[in-house]
Amino acid sequence: MSAIVSMQQVTKRFGPLTVLDAVDLEVQQGEVVVLIGPSGAGKSTLLRCVNGLEGIDGGTITVDGQQLVQKGRELNSLRRRIGMVFQQFNLFPHLRVIDNITMAQRDVLGRSREEAEARARELLARVGLSEKEHAYPERLSGGQQQRVAIARALAMDPVLMLFDEPTSALDPELVGEVLQVMRDLAEEGMTMVVVTHEMRFARQVADRVVLMADGGIAEQGTPEQVLEHPTSERGRAFLAELGGQG
Amino acid sequence: MSDFLSAVVESWPLFFEAAGRTLALSAVALLLGLPLGALVAAASMSRVRPLRWFATAYIGLVRGTPLITQIFILYFGLTIVLLLPGFWAASIALAFHNSAYIAEILRSGFQSVPVGLDEASRSLGMSWWQTLRRVRGPLAFRTALPSLGNQFIIAVKDSSLAAFVTVDELFQVALRATASSYEPLTYYIIVALYYLAIVLILTLVVNRLEHALSKHRRS
Repeated sequence: MSAIVSMQQVTKRFGPLTVLDAVDLEVQQGEVVVLIGPSGAGKSTLLRCVNGLEGIDGGTITVDGQQLVQKGRELNSLRRRIGMVFQQFNLFPHLRVIDNITMAQRDVLGRSREEAEARARELLARVGLSEKEHAYPERLSGGQQQRVAIARALAMDPVLMLFDEPTSALDPELVGEVLQVMRDLAEEGMTMVVVTHEMRFARQVADRVVLMADGGIAEQGTPEQVLEHPTSERGRAFLAELGGQG
Repeated sequence: MSDFLSAVVESWPLFFEAAGRTLALSAVALLLGLPLGALVAAASMSRVRPLRWFATAYIGLVRGTPLITQIFILYFGLTIVLLLPGFWAASIALAFHNSAYIAEILRSGFQSVPVGLDEASRSLGMSWWQTLRRVRGPLAFRTALPSLGNQFIIAVKDSSLAAFVTVDELFQVALRATASSYEPLTYYIIVALYYLAIVLILTLVVNRLEHALSKHRRS
C-alpha cells in the first residue's frame, strides 16, 4: 500500500487561533478515513488544507506523491486529481446538470464535448440521475444535488475524494441516498476522507476513524476501537455527548 | 392637437437624424464605460491596496461631480492642450461618468457570487481565469444586468447634456426648434417622446436578455 495523502506537522492558524496544531496523518490508497469530533475541532479545515482551499502555516502535505504548494499551476494540476464534495453542494446554478459535470472535463482535462458528455452520462447513471441530465440544479432536491456534485467530482477521475459534511445540509430522508452513493464508491476502492456526523456510516464504511479535538488527533483506529472503546479522555467525552445517537 | 401632429411630422427628419447622434453618444459612452467600469471594479476588489485606494478615489471623484462639469472640463477646460470636438468631449465624459456607476454595479454583482462556487470550481482544477470566465463572470453579470440596464437608460437621457457643447443631438434640436418657433411646449414634448421611445426599446432589449439568462430560475 502506498500513501495517497501524507500530512506532516501541519499547522494552520486563523489569526491568533491555532486550528490545526502540528497534525500528522497518512491516508493509504483505497482507504476510507472518517474524521469525527466536536465542532471546532479542525476537521473541515484539515480537509480543506488537503486540496489547498486553506493555506497552511507550517508542515508539509503530499498528495499522490506531489507536495502541495499554495498556489499556481501546480496546485491546479494537483487539485484536478482530488475530488471535493461540499456541505452546500455548490453546483453551478447557471449550468444544467450535464454542463456542471462536463465543464471542468473540457476546460481542465481538454476532453471533447462528446467524451465529456459520455463520461457525465455514465456517472449520472451510476448515481441514479440519468433523467436529470438537462435539469438546472435549482430544480433538484438536496440529495439529488449532492449526488450530481459527487458525479462532477468523479468525472475528473480523481485519485482521492474529500467529503466535507456531505449530508449535514440535507433533510433526514435524503441522507440515505447520498450515503449509498458514497458506500458504493468505497466498495469500488476509492480513497476517501470523509468529515461526517453520521456515526453509522463511520462504523460500517470506514477503514479507520480519526477523532479530532482541539486542532489535533485525539485518537484513531478501527471504527470499533474508536467508537466502542475510546481510550482518550476527549474521545470518551465526545462519544458520551453523542449519547448513542449512531 | 392637429398642430402638434403636424409639428411632429414636419420636425421628423431633423429629430430622426438627431436621434441617431444621441444613440451614437450613448453607444460610445457605454462601449468605453463598460470596460473602464470593469477595470475599476477589478481594482476595487484587488488584493493590492493602492489599487483599491485608486478605485475608491476614482469612484468618489467621478460620482461626486456633476456630469455637465465633466463635459465642460473636457470641452472648454482642455483647450490649451487638446481641442476635442463636442461629440467626443461629451461621449468621453459620459463614459467616465458611467464607468464609476458601472464599477459599483459590477462589484456588487461579483460580491453576490457565493464563495462556495469559486471553491467548487477551483477544486475541479479550474484556474483563476477559467473560474472567472465560466463561473464568477456569468453569475455576476446575471445579477448585475437589471442595474446595468437601469444605468444604460440613465446614460441615454444624460447624453442630452451634449447639447451644451454644440452636439446636434436630440435635445439640441429641440432647443433650436423652440428658439425659432417660440413653441417650447410642443418641441419639448416631442423630444421627450423621442427619448421615451429609445428608452422603451432599450428596456425591451435588456428584459429579453434578462429572460434569456435566467433560464435556470424557471422550470
